[in-house]
Amino acid sequence: MAGAATLEAVDNTAKAEAPIQAFTVTLNIRRYDPEKDAEPYWQDFDVELYATDRVLDALHKIKWEQDGSLTFRRSCAHGICGSDAMRINGRNRLACKTLIKDLDISKPIYVEAIKGLPLEKDLIVDMDPFFASYREIQPFLIASSKPDKERIQSVAQRERFDDTTKCILCAACTSSCPVFWTDGQYFGPAAIVNAHRFIFDSRDEAANVRLDILNDKEGVWRCRTTFNCSEACPRGIEVTKAIAEVKAAVLRGKPDIPKK
Amino acid sequence: MSDYLEFEDGDVIDGVHYHRHDVVIVGAGGAGMRAAIEAAPRANTAVITKLYPTRSHTGAAQGGMAAALANVEEDSWEWHTFDTVKGGDYLVDQDAAEILAKEAIDAVLDLENMGLPFNRTPEGRIDQRRFGGHTRDHGKAPVRRACYAADRTGHMILQTLFQNCVKLGVNFFNEYYALDLVMTEVDGVPQPSGVVAYELATGELHVFQGKSIVFATGGFGKIYKTTSNAHTLTGDGVGIIWRKGLPLEDMEFFQFHPTGLAGLGILLTEGARGEGAILRNASGERFMERYAPTIKDLAPRDIVSRCMVQEVAEGRGAGPHKDYVLLDCTHLGAEVLETKLPDITEFARTYLGVDPVVEPVPVMPTAHYAMGGIPTNVKAEVLRDNDTVVPGLYAAGECACVSVHGSNRLGTNSLLDINVFGKRAGNNAVDYASTVDFTPLPADPAKAVRELVEGLRDASGTERIAALRKELQDEMDRNAQVFRTDESLAKVTETIHELRERYKKVSIQDKGHRYNTDLLEAIELGFLLDLAEVVVYSAKNRKESRGGHMRDDYPKRDDETYMKHTMAYLTGDPHSADAADHISLDWKPVVITNYQPMERKY
Ligand SMILES: Cc1cc2nc3c(=O)[nH]c(=O)nc-3n(C[C@H](O)[C@H](O)[C@H](O)COP(=O)(O)OP(=O)(O)OC[C@H]3O[C@@H](n4cnc5c(N)ncnc54)[C@H](O)[C@@H]3O)c2cc1C
Ligand code: SF4
Ligand code: FES
Repeated sequence: MAGAATLEAVDNTAKAEAPIQAFTVTLNIRRYDPEKDAEPYWQDFDVELYATDRVLDALHKIKWEQDGSLTFRRSCAHGICGSDAMRINGRNRLACKTLIKDLDISKPIYVEAIKGLPLEKDLIVDMDPFFASYREIQPFLIASSKPDKERIQSVAQRERFDDTTKCILCAACTSSCPVFWTDGQYFGPAAIVNAHRFIFDSRDEAANVRLDILNDKEGVWRCRTTFNCSEACPRGIEVTKAIAEVKAAVLRGKPDIPKK
Repeated sequence: MSDYLEFEDGDVIDGVHYHRHDVVIVGAGGAGMRAAIEAAPRANTAVITKLYPTRSHTGAAQGGMAAALANVEEDSWEWHTFDTVKGGDYLVDQDAAEILAKEAIDAVLDLENMGLPFNRTPEGRIDQRRFGGHTRDHGKAPVRRACYAADRTGHMILQTLFQNCVKLGVNFFNEYYALDLVMTEVDGVPQPSGVVAYELATGELHVFQGKSIVFATGGFGKIYKTTSNAHTLTGDGVGIIWRKGLPLEDMEFFQFHPTGLAGLGILLTEGARGEGAILRNASGERFMERYAPTIKDLAPRDIVSRCMVQEVAEGRGAGPHKDYVLLDCTHLGAEVLETKLPDITEFARTYLGVDPVVEPVPVMPTAHYAMGGIPTNVKAEVLRDNDTVVPGLYAAGECACVSVHGSNRLGTNSLLDINVFGKRAGNNAVDYASTVDFTPLPADPAKAVRELVEGLRDASGTERIAALRKELQDEMDRNAQVFRTDESLAKVTETIHELRERYKKVSIQDKGHRYNTDLLEAIELGFLLDLAEVVVYSAKNRKESRGGHMRDDYPKRDDETYMKHTMAYLTGDPHSADAADHISLDWKPVVITNYQPMERKY
């Protein structure tokens, strides 16, 4: 057993031994400071980076070494806090989860704020409308029973809504949705994902309330299944599938949850 | 009475916004929101947070939350108390540890009832798994005590608490940075009366008057370079308290978690070893067998981190530079990795390009958790000295030191701490607020912050914030990490003094008012410098090795001299060259109830 691991260890070493090479990468960033600029504009920055650096590292290098006024949100730096969703080469992603080696660096990397939410400064948008839709679907467990211990939930029932519990509210999905771009009233995928998380939780008693809310004209039926949201989700949540399951539950009048 | 400010809630006076709330909570991580859930239904409560609540670093916690539910095997809160005390190398206040372990059970059930989706046993109960240092019957064998939700327990806790705050309509002030605590002299004694905050979106200042004020601002891992902590964990709250001349306890004890991704510091949960992963050196040897024959890889973190650094120092490290060891998960199988440890599997793949299913992962210790912080009693009341409370001031979570973690926190005890003591802080803050009137605010409570902000905005020096911060972090990693000596610590103290001088000459490039993160990074660096100095100065003074504090020049624990908490006070101008001229140290006795200190063997 130990032998196998040792062999692996050697392989690992060999791989890490490849010389580490730095590249000059050009980032083209859409800047906007309402205190100064009438309109957003694009600005180039050249940065020395390693293949294993993240786009967030590139932004930090620019901010820390070239232009302190470059503004973006970030906190955890490893894809768990949802602060740094942005459009990178036209796709919504987290800057801290996008590695330079996975981008084509023969061309500039285009970075801009996510779309559909009010632009505040550089890569920062106003998140309040996003959280307002989230609040509307009643994103909390509604259960009248008062158990003295934990509520019982089977492994299968717990599994039923596992995927949608992963959401970090980064807005990558909602701000990649063409319906949301044209109709800011639409709840958007993230709110539906979070409704799904409760609708399919066997402990919850208010599925019908949420299904009613989402049966609204700004609800699930606005989704045209373009799959942008699923592709954008940094947590790998099958967003379009979750929306489809909510649609089915609206039609059936109740969610399809394992009995045991 | 003209010394005091007259205002109504909502007033704007000289550009400063004034608010009045019974309870003001600073921080919306696990501890802050748990407090808010108690406070908001019973009192007019405001929560000030520099991040949107769901961005708080509680969400990064992976492994689990300890509670002796005994759902999968026999367990008791008394065993949990013992493990906590022993894990903390006996520097734990045992009355507090007992509360932590006893109230753990309700804390987990509260969360489940609020909706937290814990993993389940085949019977549908909350499932539990093993974690370092948690044992059956006083050390006999590892016990399954950690309640978990895959390897995103912290994420689920943060989401669940936020969801319940939404349900209760908690009043959040998002992206407001608290920068000062307002104290008003009443009968010659300074009393907390409010908090000054900077609104990120506008650059405007806000003063929140409160009867009770709760600090829940999290840790300060960013004093180090290699850390599992978020960029925003700069210890602002702890720094604010420090600058008020209030004490900080046990700051020398910082936990280095054994399994950070090598070179990056991103955490791989101890839950991996709980599921059976093994640490190996370059030759594939399971070296923990030599150091902790009974519980091996599941020894507490201080011990495992030390052993790893020793393996590397003695030439047994893996990799081209022999500078890390390997976490071997390959025998766990794809199924266990994908279902019980999916996030960390992905971290290794994304950030190192290593697939844990087929190859071992390079790891090294990473700065992880501050055991020390703002001293409180078990009611979460902040202490002004060894036993006097500051009425109306509370602290909970990683910024506080109760002390339930002593010199080394056990895994899963922090998510527990934020829930148990967050709840206590919230409740006690409301109880206190219902018995007192508002303490008046002084005439210009935002003065100090206004000067700080304007000073930095107008500064025209040549030093850059990022460069100074990097030097501090590099130096802390080099000389105040897992192993420390008198000499190494003296070097850091010198560096900090130099950096502080250079900090006077910084300038920022963003001179604007909206979303000026350049400015805030400058302010955060100020807190980091202050806290790093307290950590190092306290560490230099403790000439023994205990828990997270390992002195190469004093390798033994010395109960005779050091079985006591450090209390550090800012007593002079922080720019004075000799730290002894502005920091004074004192001791505070450890509360011992049932467990006499013993040698720590595993
Ligand atoms: C990667 C990782 C994994 C972990 N895993 C585990 C685990 O499995 N089990 C366990 O028990 N523990 C674990 N821990 C430890 C535990 O997660 C933390 O100690 C705990 O979550 C801290 O919670 P908190 O509420 O005190 O602080 P945080 O969650 O960090 O929240 C701090 C809050 O304070 C606010 N704030 C900070 N400064 C200011 C300011 N100036 N003004 C206004 N607001 C401010 C922030 O906005 C934030 O809301 C882990 C830690 C890390 C880093
Ligand atoms: S569903 Fe995915 S993309 Fe959408 S907010 Fe949640 S984590 Fe982000
Ligand atoms: S910084 Fe937290 S998700 Fe990217």
